[in-house]
Amino acid sequence: MTRVVVVGAGPAGLAAAEAALRAGAEVTVLDQSDAPGGQYHRTLYGARQQGFERLLARCDWWPESTVWALETTAAGNAGAADRAAGESAAGDAATGDTGAGDLAAAARAAGDAGGGDLVVADPATGVRGVGDAGAGDAAAAAPGAGGRGTGLRLHVLRGPADGTGRTRHTLEPDALVLATGAHDRTLPFPGWQLPGVFTAGAAQALAKGERVAVGRRVLVAGAGPFLLPVAASLLGVGAEVAAVLEANPAPTVLKGWRFPTRKAGELAHYAATLARHRVPYHLGRTLVEARGDERVREAVTARVRPDWSVIPGTERTFAVDAVCVGHGFTPQPELAVVAGCVLDGGFVRTNKDQRTSVGNIYAAGEITGIGGADAARAEGAVAGCVAAGGTPSPELLRERDRTRRFADRLKAAHPIGAAWPGWLRDDTIVCRCEETTYGEIKAAVADPTTPGPHALKLGTRAGLGPCQGRMCGPTVAELCGGTERHHRPIAQPIRLGELADPKETPA
Amino acid sequence: MIEITVDGERVPGIEGQTVAGVLLAAGRMSWRTTRSGAPRGVFCGIGACFDCVLTVNGVPDVRACRRRAADGDEVRTQSRQEKA
Ligand SMILES: Cc1cc2nc3c(=O)[nH]c(=O)nc-3n(C[C@H](O)[C@H](O)[C@H](O)COP(=O)(O)OP(=O)(O)OC[C@H]3O[C@@H](n4cnc5c(N)ncnc54)[C@H](O)[C@@H]3O)c2cc1C
Ligand code: FES
Repeated sequence: MTRVVVVGAGPAGLAAAEAALRAGAEVTVLDQSDAPGGQYHRTLYGARQQGFERLLARCDWWPESTVWALETTAAGNAGAADRAAGESAAGDAATGDTGAGDLAAAARAAGDAGGGDLVVADPATGVRGVGDAGAGDAAAAAPGAGGRGTGLRLHVLRGPADGTGRTRHTLEPDALVLATGAHDRTLPFPGWQLPGVFTAGAAQALAKGERVAVGRRVLVAGAGPFLLPVAASLLGVGAEVAAVLEANPAPTVLKGWRFPTRKAGELAHYAATLARHRVPYHLGRTLVEARGDERVREAVTARVRPDWSVIPGTERTFAVDAVCVGHGFTPQPELAVVAGCVLDGGFVRTNKDQRTSVGNIYAAGEITGIGGADAARAEGAVAGCVAAGGTPSPELLRERDRTRRFADRLKAAHPIGAAWPGWLRDDTIVCRCEETTYGEIKAAVADPTTPGPHALKLGTRAGLGPCQGRMCGPTVAELCGGTERHHRPIAQPIRLGELADPKETPA
Repeated sequence: MIEITVDGERVPGIEGQTVAGVLLAAGRMSWRTTRSGAPRGVFCGIGACFDCVLTVNGVPDVRACRRRAADGDEVRTQSRQEKA
């Protein structure tokens, strides 16, 4: 029987698990969270999950499990190369790392050589290195020794988030579905480092999962349809929403939303909720500054042109105690990067079967493109089915293509305007961890002794802090004239003590 | 109901809330300082930004937004400030 491992129990991963089961596979599902559902199906602690128990009872379900490293050996890559050759001759520019690609490249080279080395890190301490896989583990030493020689080995930590007593495990599946989702993208602006500035997703997660309102009077701003459910959730937990600001102008937004879909109904529902609470929804206006001493007290907004350049004299100040800002989402492709999967613009490249460029590895959901829960589910179902050796039905493939097209329209309806750096000042922080400013980045870009993004990173420390560029990576790349975000080989932090202890607990 | 301590001060919370949720619900916006000494609290809410780290029962660098609070947890705020 084919053993399929699914990483991520969001809409994509759960659909993959279901499809793989149906195609006759033995399925293991992992998620670092202690409950299934991912970002979309978030419920209060202890509340009944939406039918996922029945599905997960038929799988091997590993909650509180973090996949922190992934090895692919020569055995795995050889098959992939053949398959991928025909599909992805074009666009290898996409793999040209503009960021911290060296470790990824090292990992990839090691993988190709059959060594199966691991790239590990503890962002908390900033210690990084390329280490030997499972030192002291005889099986790990032999290339391709991954159980049935399919060349995949996952390294897993089980236990409470960032805890110490977690146990280490390895899994050696026949096929792997990566469904690790996305996190919010937030563009920097003066004051975005102040406590009281939240991503839109943070506000949503706290409201939906814990019934906590991030503030009493909140301004919601940025771009994208996601701002509407966020505002509705804030209202639902008793916050006052000062306004919802969509930076894009009405014609751009409406073009994308004129689409016969139940999503449009959902949008109308949220709009009605806002109207009932008399929350203004402004298009073509955005948050350009957060002010306060130790925390946010004021939000400065301004009208912007379609390219997001600020129209002088249109500034308006809101008294608030929190702001929620979202400019779309950034995929979390770290595991795919470690495995050597080809990316396109930061997203994992997949073919029509959701196969990545690496053999036996499939990807689904927001790591392949931002499309919302419906697209994630459809992709997950295709990935799970094919990973288990099945053939997806034409209806399923059509559904996947339909949701993908919808995602493309959404993207067109909520672009990021090219002139946004106009609201940055020289002292505006760009890298939150290292507190690198816009002025420092500009100076480094102009300095001929720091050619290329790598030297620039080392020179300014942008992207080298605990989050490893997760927050600033795409922004720094953009400000430096690059298009590709940093490639981070670091999937999840692991404590050095956990790493030093080579004991693995049998699965 | 659960209760945790934050730098010795007792803070009530609800079963299932994350440490971040307990602190925010108690009106605390920040609990960490950066290299420059600036205050930070929750930003991304899902474990990606590392702005919310604190020490839980003696273990440093725990992301408050990812860790469920347990009754009796001893939480300490953290600083990354460079020693002058
Ligand atoms: C904070 C946030 C809140 C959101 N809220 C909503 C909402 O309310 N409504 C809405 O329509 N859309 C929401 N979205 C958009 C959402 O991303 C998609 O609609 C949908 O959830 C994507 O599904 P997915 O399966 O691709 O990824 P996700 O739902 O993000 O699931 C990915 C899962 O992978 C797990 N994971 C990641 N890396 C690892 C690892 N290394 N090891 C183990 N597990 C791992 C994560 O814990 C997560 O559960 C939200 C997005 C974010 C970032
Ligand atoms: S708020 Fe971003 S990691 Fe906790």
